Amino acid sequence: MARVKVESTWYPLEPEESVLDGLLRQGVAVPHSCRAGACQSCMMRGVAGNVPPTAQSGLKDTLKARSYFLACMCKLPEGTGLEVAGAQDLRVPARITAVEQLTADVLRVSLEPEAPLDYRAGQYITLLRADGLARSYSLASLPREKHLELHVRQVPGGTMSGWLAREARPGEQVALQGPAGDCFYVPGASEAPLLLAGTGTGLAPLYGIARDALEQGHTGPLFLFHGAREPGGLYLVETLRELAARHANFHYRPNVLCGGGDGVEEGSIEALVRTILPKRPLGWRAYLCGNVEGVLSLRKKLFLAGFSLKDIHADAFLPSTPPGGPLAGAA
Amino acid sequence: MSSVYEQLGGEPAMAAAVELFYRKVLADDRISHYFEDVDMDRQAAKQKAFLTMVCGGPSHYSGKDMREGHRHLVKRGLNDIHFNAVAEHLQGTLEELGVSADLVRQVMAVAEGARADVLNR
Repeated sequence: MARVKVESTWYPLEPEESVLDGLLRQGVAVPHSCRAGACQSCMMRGVAGNVPPTAQSGLKDTLKARSYFLACMCKLPEGTGLEVAGAQDLRVPARITAVEQLTADVLRVSLEPEAPLDYRAGQYITLLRADGLARSYSLASLPREKHLELHVRQVPGGTMSGWLAREARPGEQVALQGPAGDCFYVPGASEAPLLLAGTGTGLAPLYGIARDALEQGHTGPLFLFHGAREPGGLYLVETLRELAARHANFHYRPNVLCGGGDGVEEGSIEALVRTILPKRPLGWRAYLCGNVEGVLSLRKKLFLAGFSLKDIHADAFLPSTPPGGPLAGAA
Repeated sequence: MSSVYEQLGGEPAMAAAVELFYRKVLADDRISHYFEDVDMDRQAAKQKAFLTMVCGGPSHYSGKDMREGHRHLVKRGLNDIHFNAVAEHLQGTLEELGVSADLVRQVMAVAEGARADVLNR
């Protein structure tokens, strides 16, 4: 039997059970969301004992060096024990400054952190409510801006999104953890064509990345494809049209599956993206964000169309997962 | 006598070859389902290890690994047709990269030698 110690109590783990599942099962509150090693909400710190390297996959070296790990990815060898502590040290207190409705089911949440957050446009953070409820969201803002901006999809029955929509008021205290993720603009090759594509709130990181690239003097063409089912699902349309009017190399291509017209194209985002790709997309870089199926499918299509894997930055949004496996509509 | 791996240019040559090869197998309906992987980077790394092995480069694969690594695929119906298709793409990749006919023959002979292990017989 393996076991894990939190605040002077040892908790036994079932064979193959993760530290996160074992602690939650025995009533220990640990912030968590995706349970797949991506969102980093469940980060903890090893205090004594060995942290398995697989539990540190994807963490920054500075965090690894301090024995931080992801509880959802941490399975301990039989007979071993690990003493752990929460990751409170990594959290930054913040205040909600505004919640606005962008579409029928997308909120813009503005936050002001107590201390500046060191991040790259396009990365994501974990938002923690006072009771420890945690969800990860991409940043749509730029580091030079005073407020952090998140685009939150209102999920039917969603705990965090429902709270943000109905109860959270300006001034509300929350905490932030992060940033994480490597879907951001890297200076260099400023003439390279950039393809940014996403559906729904996949626009959040793309909006940050596009503005970041333009501000950093990117001269190559930037194509931003934002897809939705119908026109009501698109947002920031006027803002992005104005951005395109100011930058000749920025091409904003909103698209919908049905009800196109008035500057909004109709068709699948994959088919529309295909129309701008040259036969050999040498030097092209792509940023793909949004729901998992869409991101994975488009990444494969771009690879087959000649993109190198290292030039495709993909950020698939994972839904939050309750114990016992995925449940539809949770977030 | 240096290995085919060294003659081709070592690790950088494998890195260049793997994307060509991966694209070919992923675009081939006969075998693409064996290569679908949510984590494309991991899949590419596996294929790079395979290319390195058949070219005689530093490899940690044993015949036993090949057997065990493919057992679940054989259960799903992996057979000579699929093996031949992969071999065809391996040859196509090397030829596209301008590898001499002699070296291609050597690589294909090594690949052929792995057939029994891959197909678990």
